[in-house]
Amino acid sequence: MSSQSRLRMSEDQGITTVEFIDRNILDEANIQAIGEEIAGVIERSSPPRLVISFSNVDHLSSAALGQLITINNKVREKSGALRLCNIDPQIYEVFAITKLNKIFEIHNTTEDAVSSIG
Amino acid sequence: MAKGPEAVASPDRSSLGGGGAASRASLEIRNDRGEIEALGMRITEAAGRAGYSDASCFAVRLAVEEAVVNAFRHGHRDASPEEPVDVEFDVSAERIRVSVEDHGRGFDPSAVPDPTAPENITKTSGRGLLLIRSYMSDVCHNDRGNRIEMRYDKPAS
Repeated sequence: MSSQSRLRMSEDQGITTVEFIDRNILDEANIQAIGEEIAGVIERSSPPRLVISFSNVDHLSSAALGQLITINNKVREKSGALRLCNIDPQIYEVFAITKLNKIFEIHNTTEDAVSSIG
Repeated sequence: MAKGPEAVASPDRSSLGGGGAASRASLEIRNDRGEIEALGMRITEAAGRAGYSDASCFAVRLAVEEAVVNAFRHGHRDASPEEPVDVEFDVSAERIRVSVEDHGRGFDPSAVPDPTAPENITKTSGRGLLLIRSYMSDVCHNDRGNRIEMRYDKPAS
């Protein structure tokens, strides 16, 4: 039912790179829509190889973290690879406080994230 | 003639529309994304005017977001979707105080599991209170557990 994508996606050599269009990843309805869109990519890929870039993101909430964990679980179920990148220091602190920096593999740049999968 | 009640201290009680420059207010917020975001913007704009850094504004905005979302998701789980929560904020040069009160039965904050524990780390919820406590200088709850009071002290520059 989501009419408008909240994501910008590109694919190269079997790796899908996802960027958020919104600067604030707070709204649960949007977060749900983002999760469904990424779940579609995961379902279509065997195995899923996914890079999520936070380059546009200024704010995110714990609901967004929960959705990232759901995505991570789906990728793992299909023995895929998930990398996060371009996380600015303020946002990274949210990952560090919640210790999710130990769960996710986080890279500085999209290039680093892509090459870590290759 | 004596002053009417409108002339006394409490600024706009009902909407986020007017009085954008106020540094303190007592408001009713509905479970509406626009209202919640406007509240966050209003507090951070007041903080910006009072000399708080971007990092401070980020911290306070995140805490307010989590507190309001928790109030609706948990406090108003069984309430009408139209039921608002009560928010008060006061931004001064030294500190920011924000309280969020829902109309639910309340909860026991000491019973909230540690979301960073190995058995909880991959759960998809339960991190809001941790973020609030991490970013704010002081956090307390009333006895009933339906009101959270948060204080953020401006860091020494």
